[in-house]
Amino acid sequence: MRRLINQRPGRGGAVMLSLLPFVLVLCTYLVYSHARLLENPGDKLLPAPSTIASTLHRYAFEEDERSGDYLFWTDTVASLERLTAALAVSAVLGLSLGLAIGVVPYVRATLAPFVAALSLIPPLAILPILFIVVGLGELAKITLIVIGVTPVIVRDLAMRTAELPAEQIIKAQTLGASSWQLVIRVVLPQLWPRLIDVLRLTLGSAWLFLIAAEAIASTEGLGYRIFLVRRYLAMDVILPYVAWITLLAFSMDLLLRVVRAKAFGWAAQQ
Amino acid sequence: MTQVTVKHLWKEFGKQVVLENVNLHIADHEFVTIVGASGCGKTTFLRMLLGIESPSRGSFLIDGQPLADEPGPDRGIVFQRYSLFPHLTVMKNLMLGLELRDARLFGRLFGASRRRALDKARELLEAVGLQSAADKYPAQLSGGMQQRLSIAQSVIREPKILLLDEPFGALDPGITADMHALIIKLWNIHKMTIFMVTHDLKESFALGTRLLVFDKVRVDPQSPERFGATITFNIPLKGHRSSP
Repeated sequence: MRRLINQRPGRGGAVMLSLLPFVLVLCTYLVYSHARLLENPGDKLLPAPSTIASTLHRYAFEEDERSGDYLFWTDTVASLERLTAALAVSAVLGLSLGLAIGVVPYVRATLAPFVAALSLIPPLAILPILFIVVGLGELAKITLIVIGVTPVIVRDLAMRTAELPAEQIIKAQTLGASSWQLVIRVVLPQLWPRLIDVLRLTLGSAWLFLIAAEAIASTEGLGYRIFLVRRYLAMDVILPYVAWITLLAFSMDLLLRVVRAKAFGWAAQQ
Repeated sequence: MTQVTVKHLWKEFGKQVVLENVNLHIADHEFVTIVGASGCGKTTFLRMLLGIESPSRGSFLIDGQPLADEPGPDRGIVFQRYSLFPHLTVMKNLMLGLELRDARLFGRLFGASRRRALDKARELLEAVGLQSAADKYPAQLSGGMQQRLSIAQSVIREPKILLLDEPFGALDPGITADMHALIIKLWNIHKMTIFMVTHDLKESFALGTRLLVFDKVRVDPQSPERFGATITFNIPLKGHRSSP
């Protein structure tokens, strides 16, 4: 008998094993939902799959009586717009600041401690300030995500830049590189895949800030809807929305991973 | 013509004396090999030549001019490893030096100037025997191939001085003979002055036209950091200079 750490599942076995927890959770839900509904057909806590399906159909394919919108899709578009806008701003800010801190000692001395301090402020604690200063509009929600995510990106990329072997930086100088050339030919190209890595890592907290901001001040969005229907114990809306958010987050992560592998093949071999 | 002159050079880190009173004159087109026990300052000496370490006292002169205090294209370097650019193919690693020289703003060449750079890079690539690997990334190369590329990369800007920091230390013994032939060939073609730090005494005798031994003359057993190393032997060798 080999040691436990040396026993590996086969390819098919690995797929089965990875599906197992999902199936287990689903089955558990179905069993308990069925049991509760037998006892009380009006139970709202664990709605039957058919109820969830019909609610989802109503949200996704029927116009809302009041607004005339397809709520599921307007919510999705609103949330994704906020998220991508915020992530784009954070990526640009994070990359340029992280690069400057990593490469230029004077910028590092000036900004690194400041960014470290900023990153320790809990973003949700300053959400009221944002609402007071920039109002309740889109800007506040996007700013919250940017404030929450950017310091992490800056610090990570500054660290990655500092991790580039000193030999490389010296070699580039002996090839005649100016500081600017060093940045655009040596450092920046090597930071792109790292930017994708750190974006993937911050995706979770970006969603967190998005939902939080939408829950507090919004008129549409996935987070807004969940917190709105909570008042009516509408689990038949909340559950599919949560699953949808998870699926969206998973897809974004997958997309970033594929882009990294396709566009930066050299980084996969390292 | 490149003359390297070192006068009364001292290097100290705080209380620790690394090098003391080093004096040296190196004529043009020498192949200088440097040996010595570890911690005797031979790498520090090379780092000062490179410009990433500055002398505490004394002077370092190239053709009578004080050495620039940062690395520049007049002094090439080959490290033991990590000096290739992992995001560039072999060909682009080679071309980088030319692109940095001729395209100051974006570091990229286009059109006719790019073709000229490609031709020159291809020529050098053949000289180091890597033409078949032109489109590979450094991570796909063996250690020996990586060092060939690193050497070619340093030579393409035609530096006056080439510094080698234990360049073959991490390679299989079987490959080093090829590498020796290669470095001798490039040295004779480009007529630069080479400083090579090595821990292999045989290698230092086989390659050099001049052998420098760094060692401590005085040792204080109570405080070993009190005295630094200096050049204890400066031996002219036959070398492999090709007759003109």
